[in-house]
Amino acid sequence: MNPLPRHDEGKLAPLLLEKIGELADLPMRLMEVCGTHTVAIFRSGIRSLLPQGVELISGPGCPVCVTPAGEIDRAITLARRDGVILATFGDLMRVPGSSSSLQQERASGADIRIVLSPLDALQMAQDHPERAVCFFAVGFETTSPAIAAAVQEAKRKGLANFYLLSSQRIIPPAIRALLSGGRVKIDGFILPGHVSVIIGRAPYLLISEEFGLPGVITGFEPLDILEGIYMLLRQREEGRTSIEIQYSRAVKEEGNQHALAILNAVFTPVDARWRGLGTIPKSGLVLREGFSALDAAQAFDLPYEEVEDPPGCLCGEVLQGIHRPPDCALFGTRCTPEDPIGPCMVSSEGSCAAYYKYGRGDEGK
Amino acid sequence: MCLGIPGQIVAITENQLAEVDFSGVRREVSLMLCPDLKVGDYCLVHVGFAIQRLEEEEALETLKLLDEFLEASDESSSEA
Repeated sequence: MNPLPRHDEGKLAPLLLEKIGELADLPMRLMEVCGTHTVAIFRSGIRSLLPQGVELISGPGCPVCVTPAGEIDRAITLARRDGVILATFGDLMRVPGSSSSLQQERASGADIRIVLSPLDALQMAQDHPERAVCFFAVGFETTSPAIAAAVQEAKRKGLANFYLLSSQRIIPPAIRALLSGGRVKIDGFILPGHVSVIIGRAPYLLISEEFGLPGVITGFEPLDILEGIYMLLRQREEGRTSIEIQYSRAVKEEGNQHALAILNAVFTPVDARWRGLGTIPKSGLVLREGFSALDAAQAFDLPYEEVEDPPGCLCGEVLQGIHRPPDCALFGTRCTPEDPIGPCMVSSEGSCAAYYKYGRGDEGK
Repeated sequence: MCLGIPGQIVAITENQLAEVDFSGVRREVSLMLCPDLKVGDYCLVHVGFAIQRLEEEEALETLKLLDEFLEASDESSSEA
């Protein structure tokens, strides 16, 4: 299905830009929280089309980027154990731990396999009953219900060789941490469309109620993003700060309650470390007690060890919108997509990778 | 990582599994997170799971604003 039926981008984008221009008399700094938005914004060239006053900054919404190196190390430790198959999403393979990456470990002989769905890891466990299949799971609320459903299936099927190493995180506590930190000036949020498909609108009310800022849950087509930006500017024009839904063809006010029920039946929130943001209360997900037999960190006794960020790497500040990728001395010199130092250059959704691939996107302003 | 791909359900097989058509490419998708989906529905798919029904009416509604702009601009250009 054409996600935007009947609409003609070539005709409508200039109109929306004109409307945005009319409301951009004062500067407005908008944060796109989600890495998928970052890529869509760079790819479509939206930055170069926006009027001078409207500035877009990227936030902490790339799951790979916010996973601390210590958690990569833990997965590597697990992958090195005899009899283990480590299954994971491809995005994680090249993220550097303290001294290696999953890709390097695989080249050295560890059995690490890329999956597209948690159900693939489940199938792997069924196909290899003699091995321990450990799914190293990163992701936000978009992905966690699917992981929860796979865990429920593993339990239902009585699979004794399926384990989960959870590095899952939830978005609203990170937004609160970012705003409470006060290190970056933000005038409004382009909120993640697909996280919101699951969680709905209510969890973002902290943005308007606690911090007096507007937010718009936005889709991923160029027209969606332009409309989201327009809706943010319109709120300012009308003196309102609320959380609105632009992406209503997919996002319901209440989210996906069925998916949330599965997520909450399997996982419980815990304090979690975020690269750049430190430890954020109740921002990570671990297995509930009834599922703790599947917890790889417990079953394989994997303690967490803190790892310092690589010297000179500004990923932590980039993830908070405090610095832009080109502000980092390593950017494009020692740190490139081929030979990345920080995770924001590894992930295709990282803002350093987007800047490297598409340029700053606002030249000529 | 939070990519969602729209597709249409062409068949529901067994045990909450569906065959979904993504502009000509067909894949098996789990309906565990959206058990009410029916054949013919459009849905958003993420890591092998349907995560929401896509509302065609809403899709049309969403960009009502754009239509208003378009009408306004057509009117002003016909006036000119």
